Amino acid sequence: MMTDPITEMLAKKGWLLADGATGTNLFNMGLEAGEAPELWNDTHPEKITALYQGAVGAGSDLFLTNSFGGNYSRLKLHNAQSRVRELNRIAAEIGREVADTAGRKVIVAGSMGPTGEIMQPVGTLSHENAVEMFHEQAEGLKEGGADVLWVETLSAREEYLAAAEGIALAGMPWCGTMSFDTAGRTMMGLTSSDMVAMIDKIAHKPLAFGANCGVGASDLLRTLLGFVAAGAAQPLIAKGNAGIPKFEHGHIHYDGTPELMAEYAVMARDAGAQIIGGCCGTMPEHLEKMRAALDSRPKGAAPSLEAIAATIGPFSSDSDGTGNGPAAPARRERRRGRR
Amino acid sequence: MSEEEDDIVLAELDDEELTLQMHDDLYDGLSEEIEEGVNILLERGWEPYEVLTRALVAGMKVVGDDFRDGILFVPEVLLAANAMKAGMAILKPLLAETGAPRVGRMVIGTVKGDIHDIGKNLVTMMMEGAGFEVTDLGINNPVENYLGALESDDYDILGMSALLTTTMPYMKVVIDTMVEKGIRNDYTVLVGGAPLNEEFAKAIGADAYCRDAAVAVETAKEFMQRKHNQMPA
Repeated sequence: MMTDPITEMLAKKGWLLADGATGTNLFNMGLEAGEAPELWNDTHPEKITALYQGAVGAGSDLFLTNSFGGNYSRLKLHNAQSRVRELNRIAAEIGREVADTAGRKVIVAGSMGPTGEIMQPVGTLSHENAVEMFHEQAEGLKEGGADVLWVETLSAREEYLAAAEGIALAGMPWCGTMSFDTAGRTMMGLTSSDMVAMIDKIAHKPLAFGANCGVGASDLLRTLLGFVAAGAAQPLIAKGNAGIPKFEHGHIHYDGTPELMAEYAVMARDAGAQIIGGCCGTMPEHLEKMRAALDSRPKGAAPSLEAIAATIGPFSSDSDGTGNGPAAPARRERRRGRR
Repeated sequence: MSEEEDDIVLAELDDEELTLQMHDDLYDGLSEEIEEGVNILLERGWEPYEVLTRALVAGMKVVGDDFRDGILFVPEVLLAANAMKAGMAILKPLLAETGAPRVGRMVIGTVKGDIHDIGKNLVTMMMEGAGFEVTDLGINNPVENYLGALESDDYDILGMSALLTTTMPYMKVVIDTMVEKGIRNDYTVLVGGAPLNEEFAKAIGADAYCRDAAVAVETAKEFMQRKHNQMPA
């Protein structure tokens, strides 16, 4: 079996530096709130090139394409649902060009975000339609030359499984992360160990999986420890936010300094992550410090929760729903056994 | 599953047991059982408002508390809200007929530039679950939409949601415009969304930041209570 570029690079280097924020960077380049970033692939390709180059220039081994909201359901909000294939293809094409002229091996990962809809039976999106949305986007990214596909910020088990199926139809290798932003769980209630159990049952398995975004880097590190404790069989991904957004003088900025993100990167690797990057608020200057710290410091023992809290900051909740830390409260017992 | 477990006949329960059973059924998101329970209580001569508050709202309070405490998550809450809605569909026309006291009325919407709506929808459902009447303006709302809606009818609360750090400052634009027009103090302004926090809500002049849908409901109730207390007796 042919190996994929991520497995190959991990075999050589042991760990990879991924990229940082897409949205935060694009807003700094003038993207208006509410505008679909994916439309810029067509209208402002030079800015997308600059976005990718920012990560590559800061030492990233891998960067994500500007296609996070490039699925049918999200683009429909901008009346661009007929352009899924095209906008994803261009996102990957620009990435291909930046990677191929980088002068070293850089991986182009085709970003795929959530549909933004809630799936059946609780919501309205059917499994078949979700699979087709991911499939359509995957084909566009594949056509544009993405090395791997990269599903991120998911919160529902059903949607993750639909993404895996859609990507399998396109015959692409992939990685997939979820966002653990609600008391250490995803919005839909998945714990880190639930995710490990879910991955175990997927036919077209991700090359690597993990966590991105969420609330602050401390929570993300705790989630990583949860993956390891649950016996994760694949390499782990950590893409945490550069701290927490603060509102100052009419502007928002993330309070995580480049130095703090460097500490986070080292701790993420110590905790067991092999693909380490940032998410919201993570700029090239953060990535540079992360790269330098990862290059210059040896991998150490996994940090304790206490060490994480002391170095990176407090957790957003006492428990993350796993056995890690104090026990989470349990669902109420039904008074009567009906059904 | 044994016969005995499946054996509960709602109509055979006395009022107190039935309300407790309905709280459980809401918790488990059982729409048909809720409809049945509502109809039984009405047949027994309960006032629609009593059914709403004692059977439904009280049951949703348990759901909200467990959501707030990280015991239930979005899928369970959505199922419970659906069951609540099924019961409300029966009660709504009756409540209007009987001139029942209102819990509160709210306008809600995601701010201009922001197209995220899962969180806002959840707040809407939980607020309705608590008996509030909610007008949902949807996504991407300029200040005119909020003000137009507030003027169009008699509302108590304005809720704004933003999921982007780039759109959350727009909440301040809305609040500043309300101040300019001299209507800021006529409403309770609640704000929420993933990137927000207490500090931000204070900085922009909102009444409160609501961390999640359950907190939004509790906060809204609190402000409605204060409002009632201020009213001349």
